[in-house]
Amino acid sequence: MPRKAKDLDWREFFIEQLIRLMGVSAVALVLLIFLFLVREGVPALFEVPLSNLLGQRWYPTFDIYGLLPLILGSLLVTIGAIALSLPLGLATAVFIREIAPDWVREVLKPSIEIIAGIPSVVIGFIGIQLVSPLVRQFSGAPTGLTALTGVLLLAYMALPTIISIAEDALDAVPESYRHAAYALSATQWQTIWRVVLPAARPGIITAVMLGVGRAIGETMTVMMVAGNAARMPLGWDAFLRPVRTMTATIAAEMGEVARGSTHYHVLFVVGLALFLLTFVINLAAALSIFRERRGGGGRFLA
Amino acid sequence: MKVRRYTTQKVAFAIITAAAVGVVIPLVLVLAYIVVQGIGVVKWEFISAMPRGGMREGGILPALVGTIWLTIGTAVTSIPLGVGGGIYLSEYAPDNSLTRTIRMAIINLAGVPSVVYGLFGLGLFVIFLRFGMSIIAGSLTLGIMTLPVIISTTEQALRGVPQSFRVVNASLGGTTWQGIRRVTLRQAIPGIMTGIILGLERAAGETAPILFTVAAFFLPRLPHSVFDQTMALPYHLFVISTQVPGMPIQIQYGTALVLLVFVLTMNVLATLIRRYYRRRRQW
Repeated sequence: MPRKAKDLDWREFFIEQLIRLMGVSAVALVLLIFLFLVREGVPALFEVPLSNLLGQRWYPTFDIYGLLPLILGSLLVTIGAIALSLPLGLATAVFIREIAPDWVREVLKPSIEIIAGIPSVVIGFIGIQLVSPLVRQFSGAPTGLTALTGVLLLAYMALPTIISIAEDALDAVPESYRHAAYALSATQWQTIWRVVLPAARPGIITAVMLGVGRAIGETMTVMMVAGNAARMPLGWDAFLRPVRTMTATIAAEMGEVARGSTHYHVLFVVGLALFLLTFVINLAAALSIFRERRGGGGRFLA
Repeated sequence: MKVRRYTTQKVAFAIITAAAVGVVIPLVLVLAYIVVQGIGVVKWEFISAMPRGGMREGGILPALVGTIWLTIGTAVTSIPLGVGGGIYLSEYAPDNSLTRTIRMAIINLAGVPSVVYGLFGLGLFVIFLRFGMSIIAGSLTLGIMTLPVIISTTEQALRGVPQSFRVVNASLGGTTWQGIRRVTLRQAIPGIMTGIILGLERAAGETAPILFTVAAFFLPRLPHSVFDQTMALPYHLFVISTQVPGMPIQIQYGTALVLLVFVLTMNVLATLIRRYYRRRRQW
C-alpha cells in the first residue's frame, strides 16, 4: 500500500528538522561545555584575589593558588614534545608519502594508527616502568620522573597526529610540481626539500598546531611520569626536574576537593583556561585549513 | 657536481628512513615487552575473578565489565547523534555561515582536552542533573567526547558515495530521506562503522573523562544498573601502577595487556573492515 504524498511530505519535513537539530547540537555542546566551566569556575574569581591567581606558588592547602607554575609546566612539556616530534614526524611523513615502497607503506600506516590507539594510561605505565629508569640512569637526576620523561612520552603520543596531517599536506601537493622539478633535472631529494615541503607548508603548520593541542591536553601520561611537583620550571635543569601541568593538577586534585570549595572552583578555572587555550589553537589550525582550501591545494575537511 | 647531488640525496634519505624506523621500533618493542611480561598472569581466573587482598591478588573482572558497560553506553549516546550530525553536514547542510559554525564547533570539540570533558561531565551530569558518579554520567561524558570523530567520519564516508547514486534516486522519484536511507547510507556503512569503532576504541581507553564521573578506586562487585558506580580498566591500571604500594609487577603488566588487547582488537577490526570493503567496492 503506497503512502500518500502528503504523509511523505510531513515525514520528510520532520526527519530533515531532526537531522538539522543533530547537526546544530555540536554548536550547542561547545557552548554548554563553556557554560558549565564558567558556572563552576567564576566563583573563584570572587573568592581569590587576582594577584594570588597570578602568583608563582601553588599550595591549595594554604589557599595559595598561583597558576603560573602550572601554566609554565604545561608550556615546558608541550614545547619540548613538539620540538622532538615535529622533525621526527615530518621525516616519517616524507618517508611514507615520497620514498617508501608500497609494501613498507602498508606496514607503516596501520602501525601509526596503533600508536594513536594506545591508551594514554598504558603509555604512562610504560613511562614509569621503562622510560623513567633510563632517564634517571642517563641524566644522573635523583628521580626518573621528570619533565624530560614527560616530554619523551608526549612526543611519541603527538607523532600520529603530526604524521597523518603532514602526510595529507604532502599528498595535496599536485603531482605536476614534482614533474616540473624533475624536468629541470632536480634530484628527488631536491624536489622534496625545495618544492614539495615549501608547497605543503600551510598543512604542516596545521599539523604542528594540532600536535600542540594534543600535547597540551594530554593528562594521564604527564600525571604519571612527570613527577607532579608544582614549582616554577625555571633554570637550565628544568627538564631534569619534576614538573606539574594544568591537566595533571585537575586530574590529581579534583577527586579530593570538597564540592563548592574555593579549591574546587579554582580547578574549574584551570579547566576553563585549558578550554580557551585549545579553542584558540584549534581555531587557528582550522582557519589555516580553510585558507588553504580557498587556495585550492588542501583537501582536509572536504 | 652530479655526484655530490646524489650523495646529499643518499644521506638525506638515510636519515629520513632512520626516523621512520625509529618511530616504529619502540612500538614493536613495547608491545612485545608487555605481552612477554603480562601473558603469565592472564589466565581465565585473572579476567573472571574479583580482585582480592587489596587488589594484589585475584582478577580484574569488575574493571573489565565496567569498561564493557561504558563502551556500550558510549555507543548508545554517541552513534545516533554522531551519524545524524554527519548526515546533516554531508546531505543537507547549505554552504552558509551556520554550517561553517558547526564545522568550527566540531573541530573544537575534537580538541577539548579529555580532562576538561571530565570537568564538564562532573558539572553537568554528576552535579547539575544529579546522576551522581554513575555509568550513565560516564557514558554521556565519553559519548560527547566521541561525537566529533563519528560526525567527521560519517560525513567523509557519505561524501565518498558518488553523486550519481543520489541523482538516480531523485530521478526515480525518491525523496532526499528515502535516498539517504535506502541508497547513500547503505553504501557508506563500512566507512561509518570504521569511524564508530575508532571512536569507541578511544573512549574505552580513556581515563581522564571518567575520573570524576564514574570510576571507582576499588569496588569488588558488578554494576546492577546504569546509576551504579563501577571500576574501569584504564583507571584500574592507573590505580595499581601509581596508588597501591607493593603491587606485584606481573599484575600490572597483565592488566595493561588486557586493556591493550581490548582496545587494539577494535583498532584491527576497523582496519580490516576498511580494507575488505575498499577491495569489494564497485565504484
